[in-house]
Amino acid sequence: MKIGTPKEVFEGENRVAMTPDSAAQLQKLGHECYVEAGAGAAAGFADAMYEAAGVTVVKTAAALWKEVDIIAKVRQPNETELKRLTADKTLISFFNPAGNEEGMELAKSKGATVIAMEMVPRISRAQKMDALSSMANIAGYRAVIEAGNNFGRFFTGQVTAAGKVPPAKVLVVGAGVAGLAAIGTSTSLGAITYAFDVRPEVAEQVESMGAEFVYLDFEEEQQDGAATGGYASVSSPEFREAQLAKFRELAPEVDIVITTALIPNREAPELWTEDMVKAMKPGSVIVDLAAEKGGNCKLTVMDEKIVTDNGVTIIGYTDFPSRMATQASSLYATNIRHMMTDLTPEKDGVVDHNMEDDVIRGATVTHKGEITWPPPPPKVAAIAAQKPKEKAPELTPEEKRAAEVAAFKAQTKQQVTLLGVGAVLLLAVGLVAPASFMQHFIVFVLSVFIGFQVIWGVAHSLHTPLMAVTNAISSIIILGALLQIGSGSFLVILLAGLSVFMAGINIFGGFLVTRRMLAMFQKS
Amino acid sequence: MDYGFTTAAYVVAAVLFILSLGGLSGQESAKRAVWYGIVGMGLAVFATLIGPGSGLWLLSLLLIAGGGVIGMYVAKKVEMTEMPQLVAAMHSLVGLAAVFVGFNAHIEMARVATMDETAREALKGFAALIAKKNGVELGILKVELFLGIFIGAVTFTGSVIAYGKLAGKVTSAAEKLPGGHALNAGAAILSVISLIWYVNTGGFLPLAIMTLAALFIGYHLIMGIGGADMPVVVSMLNSYSGWAAAAIGFSLGNDLLIVVGALVGSSGAILSYIMCKAMNRSFVSVILGGFGGTTGPAMEVEGEQKPIDVDGVAQALDEADSVIIIPGYGMAVAQAQQNVAELTRKLRGKGKEVRFAIHPVAGRLPGHMNVLLAEAKVPYDIVLEMDEINDDFPDTDVVIVIGSNDIVNPAAQEDPNSPIAGMPVLECWKAKQVFVSKRGQGTGYSGIENPLFYKDNTRMYYGDAKDSIGALLAKID
Repeated sequence: MKIGTPKEVFEGENRVAMTPDSAAQLQKLGHECYVEAGAGAAAGFADAMYEAAGVTVVKTAAALWKEVDIIAKVRQPNETELKRLTADKTLISFFNPAGNEEGMELAKSKGATVIAMEMVPRISRAQKMDALSSMANIAGYRAVIEAGNNFGRFFTGQVTAAGKVPPAKVLVVGAGVAGLAAIGTSTSLGAITYAFDVRPEVAEQVESMGAEFVYLDFEEEQQDGAATGGYASVSSPEFREAQLAKFRELAPEVDIVITTALIPNREAPELWTEDMVKAMKPGSVIVDLAAEKGGNCKLTVMDEKIVTDNGVTIIGYTDFPSRMATQASSLYATNIRHMMTDLTPEKDGVVDHNMEDDVIRGATVTHKGEITWPPPPPKVAAIAAQKPKEKAPELTPEEKRAAEVAAFKAQTKQQVTLLGVGAVLLLAVGLVAPASFMQHFIVFVLSVFIGFQVIWGVAHSLHTPLMAVTNAISSIIILGALLQIGSGSFLVILLAGLSVFMAGINIFGGFLVTRRMLAMFQKS
Repeated sequence: MDYGFTTAAYVVAAVLFILSLGGLSGQESAKRAVWYGIVGMGLAVFATLIGPGSGLWLLSLLLIAGGGVIGMYVAKKVEMTEMPQLVAAMHSLVGLAAVFVGFNAHIEMARVATMDETAREALKGFAALIAKKNGVELGILKVELFLGIFIGAVTFTGSVIAYGKLAGKVTSAAEKLPGGHALNAGAAILSVISLIWYVNTGGFLPLAIMTLAALFIGYHLIMGIGGADMPVVVSMLNSYSGWAAAAIGFSLGNDLLIVVGALVGSSGAILSYIMCKAMNRSFVSVILGGFGGTTGPAMEVEGEQKPIDVDGVAQALDEADSVIIIPGYGMAVAQAQQNVAELTRKLRGKGKEVRFAIHPVAGRLPGHMNVLLAEAKVPYDIVLEMDEINDDFPDTDVVIVIGSNDIVNPAAQEDPNSPIAGMPVLECWKAKQVFVSKRGQGTGYSGIENPLFYKDNTRMYYGDAKDSIGALLAKID
């Protein structure tokens, strides 16, 4: 099949859906690659590089759309582009199916197949083609860079000859892919980073990136993100209040706020209210990654940077990935390439559009003259259910040390007390008891000591054999009976005889059964 | 043979016994350690037979041989699941023997006391020993044999009841006569009065009264302890049988008896302590029966138990990389250990990591589960203790709980009002998936609701453990 990538027509879009690298990989799948002249120029890929990779460079967009079977592009196609589709063509692109009904209708009327990259389900197998994640990663990184660009201070704290610099405090709201990328970038620049998310189960991920998770004092059972495919859902009014109260508390402290809170197919929730903006220090920066959906801050102006009256910069750009076109293009092109790998399972250049496949089915919005959006829920759950973790209070080294000392003291005290009481008792016995008794008594006490020392070493798994063997040797009572059997009356002989008999059962039974048990223990 | 040789033999025997117990620290050295015990016992008996003070050795040998035949027969025939009963039954024999030996000592003492000087000179054996004692020493002797009989009698009836409970011949529920602990206390006070009476008069009547009282205490004490506490009971009786032997050793002036009695007594005491610690309960509260008082209503358990069929379990096992199996008394009851072992072999054959997590009080005897798994040829190096494995549950794909309940109950950690609050438990609910093989929806032996069964990652695999694991075996190949 022929795969082609036109130049993006959307103004300011620098990305391109095919790179020389991805083209080389696509050719290995048996496909031929085409690219419109100048398509990769803005992303740093010259036509010559494409040609070197074996890609045919086509002069005009019209010629390219006519020539190829599969069109891979980045931005949602406009009407002109959609009209170029025919029944045997496949379009792979961001499509925004939820807000692009006309587009879907048009594609349907043309009979073309459209694969919307944002519809790739969030399952492990599909991660390699999850373009939303790869773009969000870039957006998160770039948001911090953009914030730093507009922030008048260092991120990291420094003590220099010219004075002390406090570290910047960054709050990331929403710990999705973009949020985590922002956290990673911000912490590696040296800022003190806080992060918040409505899904408590991401606290661990946040902490693993080096940020501090902002916990709410909120009792309600928070919804498990797993139920909604790993995305956040709408939270209850009470929860929202608790959340806003926490933000209000943080607002005067933080220097940079990066909001990334998006709920699928909804307007972005307002999380950073006007009064919080007013409470921030002059020179602070807000980067609103949700600007496209109305913004998490209502002051945000889409695609623009504004400065409020109290000197807070609010950045509402929506083209962060495009601002890093080379990186974004190579990641996106790889996502497309992986999608093609799934579409050509035989690697023979023949596309098998398997509607049974969770990933392909989920991403397809029109197919064979039908609108196939929204897709049925995927058969595999996105993430395993998790429970919120209680935070164990961390002991400081001093506290630990103090606890150890206290424990040692208590132990010493206990031992000394025990020894003291024991010695007094022993002396008391010694006062009244005759020497012959004391001799035996010494033996007894020492034996108890040895017993205690020896038994602690016995393996837990051998406790049953231990009982059997102690049982066997406790029939040492036979000695007493043996000593008596030869002395005295018939009654004594009878009782002693019985004792010998019973002890005999015990000796043989006990040892044999112990041996039987021990013989069973085997190493693997 | 003279006294010196016997004493020397006793010293060697005592050392051998100590080595025998010490050798149980590892599975391999344990196999050697049993032989130390056997040789020690043989040496002790031989030295006593040929030593001073013994007689009728032909009869003695015959009796030992007779007992030995029975003992060997029982040891060969016993099922590993019946191990707790066997141990309890054997304790009762030691207890009874101690009572008899104690009585003999009393009879001899009474006989010697009536003799005149010349007759005393002619005495030999044990009676001669008594004859040499002066007044104070005789008093001490009385106390010693009194204690020996008392402990022996408590051990005897206690062990008989424990045997009955473990063998299912006596109801395993905690039952007390009306009056409860007051009866025990009364019997104990009666025994103390008898002791004073006996030391002063030396008559047989106080001894008989005390024996009856002790027999009653043994019976009533153990009747009041429930089946789940049996590991403590059995190790406690083990300890008692040792102390009885030591007390008898004092009255007979025999050091070896004292040494071995003390060894066994302290061994049992430590085992009881370990068991109590594993249940987070004090020794006293176990002995007095019933669970400690709760401070409030138990946490309500919400949700429902979600069942799963054999295919579901088989599929999950097929996908899992690491599996931990937690066996409990239910596995012993259903005799499922062979099937469990076979399952382990199959899963290990497929390259999966399979391990066993053993709670110290799983089963009815300390180390009960280890013995059962060993019998089914599960290698002991994959059978781990609670402390060794508890941190590994979060990284485990599948946990299979077979017939255990309280030892995997998260209420012990989550609900301060639970009767088992604070008891260390196996934290299996932290694994990705938990399957519970259980007969029905009941609360199990202790009657404590188990929130584990209602957790989101728990599935109930109902049915008899042996049958359901067997069905599982067929699905895994």
